[in-house]
Amino acid sequence: MKILVPVKRVVDFNVKVRVKSDGSGVDVANVKMSMNPFDEIAIEEATRLKESGVATEVIAVSCGVTQCQETLRTAMAIGADRGILVETNDELQPLAVAKLLAALVAREKPALVILGKQAIDDDANQTGQMLAALTDMPQATFASKVKIADGRAEVTREVDGGFETLSLALPAVITTDLRLNEPRYVTLPNIMKAKKKTLETIKPSDLGVDASPRVKTIKVSEPPARKSGIKVPDVAALVAKLKNEAKVI
Amino acid sequence: MAALVIAEHDNAHIRGATLNTITAAGRAGGEVHVLIAGQNCNAAAQAAAKIKGVAKVLVADAAQFADGLAENVAAQALAVARSYSHVFAPATSYGKNILPRVAAKLDCAQVSDIISVEAPDTFTRPIYAGNAIALVQATDAIKVVSARPTNFDAAPAEGGSASIETLTPVGDSGLSRFVAREIARNDRPELQGAKVVVSGGRGMGSAENFKLLEPLADKLNAAMGASRAAVDAGYAPNDWQVGQTGKVVAPQLYIAIGISGAIQHLAGMKDSKVIVAINKDAEAPIFSVADFGLVADLFEAVPQLVKALG
Repeated sequence: MKILVPVKRVVDFNVKVRVKSDGSGVDVANVKMSMNPFDEIAIEEATRLKESGVATEVIAVSCGVTQCQETLRTAMAIGADRGILVETNDELQPLAVAKLLAALVAREKPALVILGKQAIDDDANQTGQMLAALTDMPQATFASKVKIADGRAEVTREVDGGFETLSLALPAVITTDLRLNEPRYVTLPNIMKAKKKTLETIKPSDLGVDASPRVKTIKVSEPPARKSGIKVPDVAALVAKLKNEAKVI
Repeated sequence: MAALVIAEHDNAHIRGATLNTITAAGRAGGEVHVLIAGQNCNAAAQAAAKIKGVAKVLVADAAQFADGLAENVAAQALAVARSYSHVFAPATSYGKNILPRVAAKLDCAQVSDIISVEAPDTFTRPIYAGNAIALVQATDAIKVVSARPTNFDAAPAEGGSASIETLTPVGDSGLSRFVAREIARNDRPELQGAKVVVSGGRGMGSAENFKLLEPLADKLNAAMGASRAAVDAGYAPNDWQVGQTGKVVAPQLYIAIGISGAIQHLAGMKDSKVIVAINKDAEAPIFSVADFGLVADLFEAVPQLVKALG
């Protein structure tokens, strides 16, 4: 059983991005880039399924600029067997990525696609669901537990108020939530090994996909700043402020 | 021009976030129609027809919609979506699960989590954990949009008299099956709709210590929340998570206790009307967004606060 794991290169979660003064976007030059944290959870889950003998091959895919190779090498250091880069310098939106991935699904025929529930840059939370729709696969989003048995995936999902469990026919798409697993630290020997793994580079046109953006960004601006508040000396002062000034209790 | 809103409901009631979404849809798409896909969902349909601003309720009542499976609900929405200029859903775990499937099948982009409607095709939405706001224009024929509930007023639940139309249910996809649901029962208000939220962070130290916040939440009739760090550490359940990757809340009063204020947490609560922070680290970033900050040991301050509230 093959597992396909799409991974996205994003601004590191610790970086507070700055909006460009001309309002054309955020400044990502010379900013630390990392693998989207939810995708790291996805690659870890796929690797565990391989280690437990459920999966036979884990393929990492990234769509974007040349530097996404680094993200793929990280995925291979965690445990992916090979990598595919769909290389383009053009802006890729979720629907375009889902179409590229759908074309790769048709080529690789994985039994499972595991990916992050959202990327922490555009915060869209769309790609997994769109891929599932385009390929007519069932989906389990926001997964906190995955069990593969008898040709089906039993997935526990994080929903409002608690959990729900679904049983999906394979092939299927699973998107990861925070508590699915804790990704391992990448070790130096594994980084060295990852360098020797195959990394194939293709273009969106090789997959016959029109990846042009459908949503136009007109302007990017700073959010309105909150005016700074005050420190209160003790609990009594706090309660007085909340009662008399803010009038919220 | 008309907008279809995919309603989140439990077959008997319409979930609150749907009301906010109806307001957003009305601003963008003019006439609002609401889709109720469920099983034995007549009560929910009746409730939807009473919502002010709803012109028509479309009901698909069948066993395959009982548990809100994305494949089936999306297919039902798709069956009617092409006659609309807009398709809306709330940006909740329900809406997020279903709406992108509809968008992909329509070959239309989705605009997620909008916080304002500037024109029928133009919206604002937060990106990078709310550190930037993007003004975007959707260029596809049908605008598929999820709305952040806290940024739109709820449409009044009474005052409307929409017609109800019964749809022929689309068949079961047969691809996925509902197995079980485990919903924690408590008497507290729902996190996203609560007027007061009491949230704990890693500073709480343990799941046991989190119980310290319960009397405070009781006194204030508050929902309980948590930072991602506290959820990661296993102190609190995941559905309490407030932040970029959890829930976005905007209550009248948000009390952050033992929360340092990481970017991703601030993304989920900085639109609250009044923010209180209690933290023993005077340098914690949470104080930069707090209206009232108290530098104190939470294990002393929280019981004192409970007492002071009588």
